[in-house]
Amino acid sequence: MSGASGHAANHGQAHGHGDHGHGAVHGHGSFKDYVTGFVLSVILTAIPFWLVMGGVIADSLITGIVILGFAIVQIIVHMIYFLHMNTKSEGGWTFLALIFTVTIVAITLSGSIWVMHHLNTNMMPITADDARHAP
Amino acid sequence: MATYATDALHRDPVAEADELSFQDMGHEHHPEGSTMLGFWLYLMSDCLIFTVLFATYAVLGRNYAAGPSPKDLFDLSLVAVNTAMLLFSSITYGFAMLAMERGDQSKTQLWLAVTGLFGAAFIGIELYEFAHLIHEGATPQRSAFLSSFFTLVGTHGLHVTFGLIWLVVLMLQVQQRGLIVENQRRLMCLSMFWHFLDVIWIGVFTFVYLMGVLQ
Repeated sequence: MSGASGHAANHGQAHGHGDHGHGAVHGHGSFKDYVTGFVLSVILTAIPFWLVMGGVIADSLITGIVILGFAIVQIIVHMIYFLHMNTKSEGGWTFLALIFTVTIVAITLSGSIWVMHHLNTNMMPITADDARHAP
Repeated sequence: MATYATDALHRDPVAEADELSFQDMGHEHHPEGSTMLGFWLYLMSDCLIFTVLFATYAVLGRNYAAGPSPKDLFDLSLVAVNTAMLLFSSITYGFAMLAMERGDQSKTQLWLAVTGLFGAAFIGIELYEFAHLIHEGATPQRSAFLSSFFTLVGTHGLHVTFGLIWLVVLMLQVQQRGLIVENQRRLMCLSMFWHFLDVIWIGVFTFVYLMGVLQ
């Protein structure tokens, strides 16, 4: 870790908005960065709400996939414009930790859903009473 | 050591960065770089807590026990307002950080206060929603869906609540000691925490509310 990244706080004060690319995850963005992130977030939030509340797409499966896509894009927008994530801060360690976390998240979520779905379809005893009250 | 803190705002940072190596920082001052990395690692582990809660909701979210489903319960316009509150609080916190960067203490405090108000509005709306659900009989004990819903959304709400307490404490610290290096570091940690909670909320409103109503 270089002295420069350890001092990103002081860097931020002196160079102001110009050099955030040089800074770290905690180096602040510029006014333009925050506003860009905010505008993108508003758009990326409004569209999924509109799709669901307005019932724009008839097929709910397609709507579900589309809004999940919007969520992923919005998370990336937040990471870049609000959390100032980049591959170089802290000598790349923050990015490495993020990659690791994303991997674990993907394994945990998809694994849980996959295993439990098969458990439900293959193993769950279903009675006539269950069938009547099924959602 | 004392001069380091008070002079921090007035020094030439490039010269200082070269002069004070990371090791020098280590035993005399709290090294800011490692604090930020450490805090980032905390956020990543917090992310794993939410992952487990999301996975639990994904598995249990359709077990209604013949009780109410998301379609019966969720008011999407309320969720949209709530999402807007959190999004506004994110950008106002960004403005607070920009004011801090300029060394403008009163503007920093102002934007932190605005952020706090938006955060409080978020918590207020969420508590109203929870109270409404419980009043309708949709308590956490009602079904596996509602247990996992209250656990996931409640944990997020608890995080925001603690973020608000942290925010008030930091405003008092800045009031008393100004924008010293230590306070700047604390404000940057809270900034990451606050934006991180907004990221989690994207998952919540998409996965729980919007997709819940879709089913």
